[in-house]
Amino acid sequence: MNNKVTSTGDSPKVGSVINKKWLIEQKSLIALIMLIVVVSFLNEYFFTVDNLLNILRQTSVIAILAAGMTLVILTAGIDLSVGSILALCGAFAASMISMEIPVLIAVPVSLLGGAALGSVAGMIIAKGKVQAFIATLVTMTLLRGVTMVYTDGRPISTGFTDVADVFAWFGTGYLFGIPVPVWLMIGVFSSIWYLLNHTRFGRYIYALGGNESATLLSGINVDRIKIGVYSICGLLSALAGIIITSRLSSAQPTAGMGYELDAIAAVVVGGTSLMGGKGRIMGTLIGALIIGVLNNALNLLDVSSYYQMIVKAVVILLAVLVDTKHK
Amino acid sequence: MNQPILELKGIHKSFPGVKALDNASLNVYPGKVMALMGENGAGKSTLMKVLTGIYSLDDGEIFYKNKQVKFTGPRHSQEAGIGIIHQELNLIPELTIAENIFLGREITNRFGAIKWSVMFDEAQALLDRLNVKHKPSQLLGELSLGEQQMVEIAKALSFKSEVIIMDEPTDALTDTETASLFTVINELRDEGYGIVYISHRLKEIFQICDDITVLRDGKFIAQRKVAETDEESLIELMVGRRLDEQYPRVESKHGTTCLEVKNLSAAGVEDVSFTLDHGEILGISGLMGAGRTELMKAIYGALKRHSGQLLVEGKAIDPRSPQEGLASGIAYISEDRKGDGLVLGLSVKENMSLCSLKYFSKGMQLDHRAESLAVEDFIHLFNIKTPSRNQIIGNLSGGNQQKVAIAKGLMTRPKILILDEPTRGVDVGAKKEIYQLINQFKEEGMSIILVSSEMPEVLGMSDRILVMHQGRISGEFMASDADQEKIMACAFGHNTKELSA
Repeated sequence: MNNKVTSTGDSPKVGSVINKKWLIEQKSLIALIMLIVVVSFLNEYFFTVDNLLNILRQTSVIAILAAGMTLVILTAGIDLSVGSILALCGAFAASMISMEIPVLIAVPVSLLGGAALGSVAGMIIAKGKVQAFIATLVTMTLLRGVTMVYTDGRPISTGFTDVADVFAWFGTGYLFGIPVPVWLMIGVFSSIWYLLNHTRFGRYIYALGGNESATLLSGINVDRIKIGVYSICGLLSALAGIIITSRLSSAQPTAGMGYELDAIAAVVVGGTSLMGGKGRIMGTLIGALIIGVLNNALNLLDVSSYYQMIVKAVVILLAVLVDTKHK
Repeated sequence: MNQPILELKGIHKSFPGVKALDNASLNVYPGKVMALMGENGAGKSTLMKVLTGIYSLDDGEIFYKNKQVKFTGPRHSQEAGIGIIHQELNLIPELTIAENIFLGREITNRFGAIKWSVMFDEAQALLDRLNVKHKPSQLLGELSLGEQQMVEIAKALSFKSEVIIMDEPTDALTDTETASLFTVINELRDEGYGIVYISHRLKEIFQICDDITVLRDGKFIAQRKVAETDEESLIELMVGRRLDEQYPRVESKHGTTCLEVKNLSAAGVEDVSFTLDHGEILGISGLMGAGRTELMKAIYGALKRHSGQLLVEGKAIDPRSPQEGLASGIAYISEDRKGDGLVLGLSVKENMSLCSLKYFSKGMQLDHRAESLAVEDFIHLFNIKTPSRNQIIGNLSGGNQQKVAIAKGLMTRPKILILDEPTRGVDVGAKKEIYQLINQFKEEGMSIILVSSEMPEVLGMSDRILVMHQGRISGEFMASDADQEKIMACAFGHNTKELSA
């Protein structure tokens, strides 16, 4: 109970106590490191700068989705619509770029579009008192349909203009030797970390997820918090859509299908409780990396994609079981 | 008097920090109706939960048909022949009457298929016996509350129960439904069933019961024959105790009027008016469900007001949400810490500052230093026992949780502090500390509303006392004129005009 009491007298004992507690708290980080070490021995190419950067870049899209999903899940909600918002906003950005609308306009407009779409789900949940699962199931299906109609079921190319070249930077560019999507991922996680730990809004997210009626009775505008988290989640989904579109130089109408489940898995592996109120954003980053490293490693080790799914499922189950055991 | 069929002897049961049952006893006789009475929190429900094995007992013995027994759960006690009808009915509206009666023990053939005709026939026989004019195949949800209660009784009878316990059975019933319930109780009594009747309603006790057992503070106080007692002496038995020195009342000069409530109505509150001065403690007494919490939530803005006016320091306010209530200078500390008072998974610090974070931020950024300093101040001032301000609040004792809840309200710098059951589930030592804190606020000129079911607490702390009954104010006393009997009488809805000074 009193692990936090630090006395200077018997530091070795306190040290060992903190170590054990620290181990439990950092179990997802330890799992990630162990995974990296084991795979490094199994495959010599794995632990190279090229491959590690490759993993980070591949992980960035799911990680950014998972960052928004973390906020939603912390309020005891869920957002199934991230994949659809990703596709629609990606398509929207692609068509703007193909019309040679400058990147500085096209990208912010797409991002705001994503936030607006997210806020619609938030309003249905907050004002309409609809369960988050149902509300976002509806927007997921609806927006995928809108994407299909908008793209006519075909990919939208960003074209071969100068604007398209600038736009391609988001998915394919490098800054100081590190891929741009990785920088974006770092930026997103830093911002969300700041939001959760250093703003009132962040504090209210934890309170809302922990006990909604107590939060309401404490004079906090619960509806605004809910709409806020779904808007942020929508905005980050749009950002993920821009990265994918930019990387492929075209928007696929089926982009992001099933990504909501990968994002949820990353959040859960990162130790955030689906009951809300408990979890850390850096846990989600580690969760996303564990899934990313696993995907990469299974590919390098020539494991067939059929078995990959089975291995992934087992890893997620193990992570959650370990988590439940220590609660 | 004949031999009891069910006997509870010297039952003890403690929860962390609270002694819920302290040598409680109860005898149930075949062919008699035993009333179980006591104030809120006297231990009636706990005793029933110990009997049926929902709670394990710390000490004491239970004899059923002269054999010592120990039930492991409601299922077990029911199969042994003790049926309980709870205040909230445990029935499923979407199922038929027969399905409800035989839920979990459906009559089946060898292959597990339900023998509907047999089940319906047996259910019909039970319904006939209770004079319920419905088919067993009807959905339960289509029945009135009173009829549903009859189905509960039918269910109890279907277990071949010999003891039937009814917890506040008439709370939701109309007068006619109550009358038919009493007819059934009389028949059951004549057939030799032992019945326990738990109720707040004195009138009903004298109408239907043969004997009375009174509990107070978890202790067995007395067993009386109804024929040999009257309302006055019964109230005295329930209330009983002397006020001790636990309540260090401070006299302070009242200031000007701080809060004025005019003709306020809301769900569960009917046409309530009162005033509250600066530096005054106004006690609100009444039985559970009298509308006290609803009134407070309506003033705070957490419950929609249907009509009425609120004035704070002469200015009309119209709080439609807790936000607006707080902005008007009203802080409400909930009676239900776990339910809507605290966020148990967050730390002491995060809970305490939750209502007042805007005082601890610069722009949108939290000022962690200012927040921690303020929280440390309150931890020190309130003598909150916690390893650190970052301790998860769910790990603290009830008393310390309550102190954090009060500090949370105070941090908003309110003019009016509403404390709803501030000492529920709090141990004696912490209680006294909380009383001293309340007095301190009073001396500083804060206006305080103290809602409490504990009569001595209301009498010992308040300057003035309002009593509520069925959503209305049924009595008002200056503390010097009030005593427990008068308040209890008002709480039971007696006319107050001849009693109040």
